[in-house]
Amino acid sequence: MSDCQDALHELYGFLDGELTEDRRVAIQHHLDTCQPCAEPYDFEAELRAVVRRKCQEQVPDALMEKIRTALESEASRLTD
Amino acid sequence: MGLMPSLYAAALRMTRNPSDAEDLVQETYLRAYRGFEGFEEGTNLKAWLYRILTNTYINYRAKKRRPDETELDEVEDLYLYRRIGGLEAAMAGRSAEDELLERFTDAEVKEALESLPENFRMAVLLADVEGFAYKEIAEILDIPIGTVMSRLHRGRKALQKRLYEFAVERNLTAPVPDDAHV
Repeated sequence: MSDCQDALHELYGFLDGELTEDRRVAIQHHLDTCQPCAEPYDFEAELRAVVRRKCQEQVPDALMEKIRTALESEASRLTD
Repeated sequence: MGLMPSLYAAALRMTRNPSDAEDLVQETYLRAYRGFEGFEEGTNLKAWLYRILTNTYINYRAKKRRPDETELDEVEDLYLYRRIGGLEAAMAGRSAEDELLERFTDAEVKEALESLPENFRMAVLLADVEGFAYKEIAEILDIPIGTVMSRLHRGRKALQKRLYEFAVERNLTAPVPDDAHV
């Protein structure tokens, strides 16, 4: 396979941090010199950052309180 | 308690229902508290909690309905990039695609993720939102690493397809026919 095919094939392995060090360095080197391959990499990395950021939630205060109470009563039940 | 926001967010994506998500998080904390001796020091506390969360969810879901075993259509690789990635070049140096990605609302991204069949949704959630490694996901979901990778691969493409539908519905981008060679 060509370097470009390899790079696209290993895109998710690279972004997921799942490649061996040798492969990671080889892909990084290719991306540094091949704009057409670097573009989809940047896009996928940005998409993931957006998905992660936009899926955050705030815990309702009431839930936090409920769990604290449940754990306290569990603790006193266990020590009784 | 520091992990509660991410556990709660994950519970919402799993149950797709705030009141069920609250119950799920509470039950997870209680089980973790009772089973804390089962936690091996030096191992990953977050992964351990997510395993409890997942098992608690599977338990809860079994009482409510059958598992959602839907398969996914075949979707080409780099689905979204091939449709909106080219906008960058069209806008001379400005990163138009990044801006486009920013224009998705939180609700749209959450809905796109929640639209995935459960098997795929869990894998994508654990990898892309929570940042777990393949091996950790395999342990949390109790499936082989190869299965993690194939679910991620297909789930991510399906997520992109759903996001693209939102982009077209909201006129953020012009539709590209599915069979177009782009």
